[in-house]
Parts: sequence; structure tokens; C-alpha cells
Amino acid sequence: MTSKVRAVFGMSRKLNRSFTVSLMLFALLALFGSFMVLPLIYTVNNAFKPLDELFIFPPRFWVNNPTTENFADLINLMGNSWVPLTRYIANTLIITLLGTAGHILLASAAAYPLAKYRFPGSKVLFTIVILSLMFSPHVTAIPNYMVMSWLGWINTHASIIVPSLAFSLGLFLMKQFMEQIPDALLEAAKIDGANEYRIFWSIVMPNVKPAWLTLMILQFPALWGTDGGSFIYSENLKTLHYALSQIIQGGIARAGVGAAVALLLMIVPIVLFIISQSSVMQTMATSGMKE
Amino acid sequence: MQAEITKTPAAPAINARQASRWSLLKRDLYLSRHYYVLMAPFMLIFFLFTVIPVGLSLGLSFFHFNMLELPRFVGWQNYSRLFLNDDVFLIALKNTLLFAVITGPVSYIACFLFAWIINELSPKIRAIMTLVFYAPSISGNVFFIWLIIFSGDSYGYMNGFLMRLGVILEPILWLANEKYVLAIVILVQLWLSLGTSFLAFIAGLQTIDRSLVEAGTVDGIKNRWQELWYITLPSMRPQLMFGAVMQITASFAVAEISIALAGFPSVNYAAHTVVTHLMDYGTIRFEMGYASAIATVLFAMMLGTNILTQKMLRKIGE
Repeated sequence: MTSKVRAVFGMSRKLNRSFTVSLMLFALLALFGSFMVLPLIYTVNNAFKPLDELFIFPPRFWVNNPTTENFADLINLMGNSWVPLTRYIANTLIITLLGTAGHILLASAAAYPLAKYRFPGSKVLFTIVILSLMFSPHVTAIPNYMVMSWLGWINTHASIIVPSLAFSLGLFLMKQFMEQIPDALLEAAKIDGANEYRIFWSIVMPNVKPAWLTLMILQFPALWGTDGGSFIYSENLKTLHYALSQIIQGGIARAGVGAAVALLLMIVPIVLFIISQSSVMQTMATSGMKE
Repeated sequence: MQAEITKTPAAPAINARQASRWSLLKRDLYLSRHYYVLMAPFMLIFFLFTVIPVGLSLGLSFFHFNMLELPRFVGWQNYSRLFLNDDVFLIALKNTLLFAVITGPVSYIACFLFAWIINELSPKIRAIMTLVFYAPSISGNVFFIWLIIFSGDSYGYMNGFLMRLGVILEPILWLANEKYVLAIVILVQLWLSLGTSFLAFIAGLQTIDRSLVEAGTVDGIKNRWQELWYITLPSMRPQLMFGAVMQITASFAVAEISIALAGFPSVNYAAHTVVTHLMDYGTIRFEMGYASAIATVLFAMMLGTNILTQKMLRKIGE
């Protein structure tokens, strides 16, 4: 019995292990694991609850008679609003796809020279990037708004897409990952007559695919969940998340639809992470900061 | 080259050296021109929306500016008003520091502890547990489900649960009560806080050289705690540094959760933070100079704590 448990938990391979302590640690893991996952399971359950179950007293965790009514209601509701749902979806897709793809491209292009070469200014630039990891975007929110208004970007999608292209965490992770590419590979390409752009595009980029996925998993949820912040005012430019959060604020009458919305918002980034998990781990292994 | 310099008189030698340094730099710049071209798009946007705004914010904090009139220089007045005349800011500061000392270290240690336990599991279960702990932080803004859990009527799960247990007789207005609201925001913040650094720790643990552990066993390491202190933690120092930066920055920036759960402003500012104070003055009152002073204080706190923590982390395993 215990040997089987050990095998499942992969403990038999390890040295210096006391079985009792292992069990205690796993119990701790299970306890906090359920704290993390229960609200998410609850969200999934809620989305399939019929209205009478949503308002049952005392409240019940699991759904008894699952129904897809809430999703049908959501589609009906959105179809009737004066800006149709497809507009919101298109806006969110534009922002998310352009923002994520552009970020991966620009961050990789900037990371390659920083990872592989020493040139005037390279150290200073990288230090600034590291420093910018140490404060959150809230610090620059006010001047950002002013820069946006000078550029005339208020109330355009550019105000959300363009700043997200230069997200310093992405550059940092990409640079750390690129350092692993063997120099010999780059030199061989150089001898064959490839210029820097060619090397970047045909040698470096294909070699850092795991890092692309990591940048994607960091950037995607942020853009997918953006509500336009303080930059977008026109109804027909607003995002899916904005539209959905309006529904949630609709209160009790829309509780079922709200639950469906919550599920939709959460499922996309989670599925994306499940798909890219092993690549993300590969990139994160190089994420360390030297002293 | 060396001989030439010693022969020529002092002044021209410096000139010559300077000139050669300049020409060297010029040559370097020319040779690296492709690198600058590759970096240009990112750096342009990065400077425009990150570096310049920091400078702008610093400068603006000495002005009175409301976006309509021209900025008027007021010196340190914004700062003195902030610390001496703004009681709400002091509440916000206290709450933010509470977040920084509670959620910062707790989530940092939790990130490491869970990553460390998960690392012992077989690969399949490891992947599932990673998802379980990481999912809340990427699940978009679903933290509003905590609104249902802590809802003030008897349909709220916490109220329903406690009433069934008989602990309370009447529903508690969790999110409208000064006594509970900050604790709830801290709880939800912790729930959300196992993010990038958690992944970095799991990945870092897997790269530890197994032969180091075996060598350690030979050298007399008896249990997992000694292994943790003498081998695991020192080998993971780079990831620990990275994780610290991520967690500290996040713990100082609590705002969205406070607004979503406790409202804006919260009851008696009980869940007010420096960032919500910044939003208040920046996006509602349009006192840009004052808001910039708040941002500058926040910036200094984040940077200072990060640098201090990194100094402390260097001592691990010594």
C-alpha cells in the first residue's frame, strides 16, 4: 500500500525523505489546493444552474439539474443590446491578437541583441528594463493618459494595443531564454552569409517557440480581460469584458447570465495555459535574476 | 601604442586617447547598428509609455495641474499636503503597507512552499496541481465570485454556511463592515497571488542538479529541511530574486480587487490603498500634480522594498 502511494507521489526516487512528513505536506497541499480551486469549480457549477437553484436557501455548491439555459439567455440578451455582441467580440479579438502577436515580435527582436551581444548602451537598457519590473503600471497611469491625449489616441484601440507591445516582463523572460541558444549556431549562420535580421528571423525565432507561448500566456489574459480602462469611451469600441461586466452588475435579475459570463471569461485563459504548460515551464526555468 | 603615448607630451596624449575612444565608440555604434534597429520598436514604445512617464510623474509632482490650466510650480507643497493634511492618504498608506507586509511575504512563501511540495509529485499530478494553484491568477476577473461568497444577505455562501452551523443568527454585511472588509480583500488577494513567480519556482526546482543532492547526502545531509536550506534554496537564488520582484510589486499595487469587492470608495476607506487613492485624484478629481506625487511615493516604496529584499535574499543558505 505505502509503496504504491509512494510511487504515485513519485517519492521513491528521492533521498532524505521521511514518509510521515511527506504525508503531512501533501495534506497541506490538498487543503490549500481546494481553497484555490473550489471557487473556480463553483463558477463552473453556477453557470449550469437553473434559476431556482441559483436562489436556493441555504445555498448549494453543486448543480442538481444542469441546464444550458443561462448561455441561451446570454446570447438572447446580447442580441437585443444596441451594440451587438459580435462587435464586442471583434473589438476584443483585435486588441488581444494584435497586442499579443505584436508583443511577441517586438520583445523578441529587442531581446535578441540584449541576450547575445555587448554593445554601447546594452547594459544600461537592460538595467532599465529590470528596474521597470520593480514597479507596477499604476505608477505611470497619469502621465500615460497625458501622452495618449497628446498623441490623439484617446478613444482608439491603439491606446490599449500599443503600450501592451512593450511589456517589460516579456522582454526580460525572452532575453533570459535566448541566452541558452548556442553561440556556435549563430556564428555558423554568419559564416554562411546571413545578416543579423536573417539570423534573428530564421535561426533565433524558431528556437524560442516555448518562450513565445509563455509571453502569450502572460499577455493574453491581461488583454482578454481588459475593459478599456480609462481610454475607451465609445460604445462600439468597447470590449467583451466590458459588456459582460455590465451584465454582472445587472444584479439578481441577471444572475444566471452573469454566471455564464463568468465561466466564459475564465475558461479561455485557463484552456490556453493547459495547452502551453510545458513550454511555459521550460521558459520559466531560465527566468532567474543574477545578483 | 603604449610606447607612443609615453613619448608624446601629456596633454595631446589625453586628446589622442579621447579621440581614439570616440572613434572606438563610433566604430562600436556602427558595428552594432543592426542591434539598435532590432531594438528600436520595442524601446521606442517602452520609453514612451514607461520611462518618460516615470520622469514626467516625478516632475509633475511639483506642480499644480488640472489638465485645463497651465501647470503651476508649487514645490514640495503636494508632498507636504499628502503627508500632513490628507488623512485618507494615511489610511491608504497604512492599508498598502499592511498588504505589503502580509500578502507580500505570505504569498511569496506560499509560492515557494507549494512549488516545493508539488515538485515531489509524479509529473502528471505535478501538472494538475500547477494548474490548480496558477488558475486563479489567470482566470481573468472572476474574483467577483467572491462577491457571491461574501454577499451580505442570507444567499451569500459564507452567511449561509455560518448560519447553518449556528455560529451566527443573522447575515453579516461582510463587505460593508469596516471590521471584515480589509481581511476579505487580503484573503482574495492571496488567492490570486500565485502567479508568475510560482511558475518560476516550480521550473527552477526542476532544474536543480540531482547530483548536488546526492553529494549532499554523502556529506551528511539527513533530512529534507537540511536539503532545502543547504542545497535547494541556494541553487534557486536567481529564481527567488525574480519571484521576490514579482510578488513585492504585486503586493504594493492592490487596487482592482479592493474596488471590485469593497467598492470605490470603500466603507470609511477601510480597504483604500495608495493605488485607489491615486485613481481617485488622477481619474476623478483630475488633480494631476497631486496624483503624480502619490505615484512618486508609490514608485519609491516599490523600488526601495525591492532593492532591500534583494539584499536580504543574497544571504540565503549562508
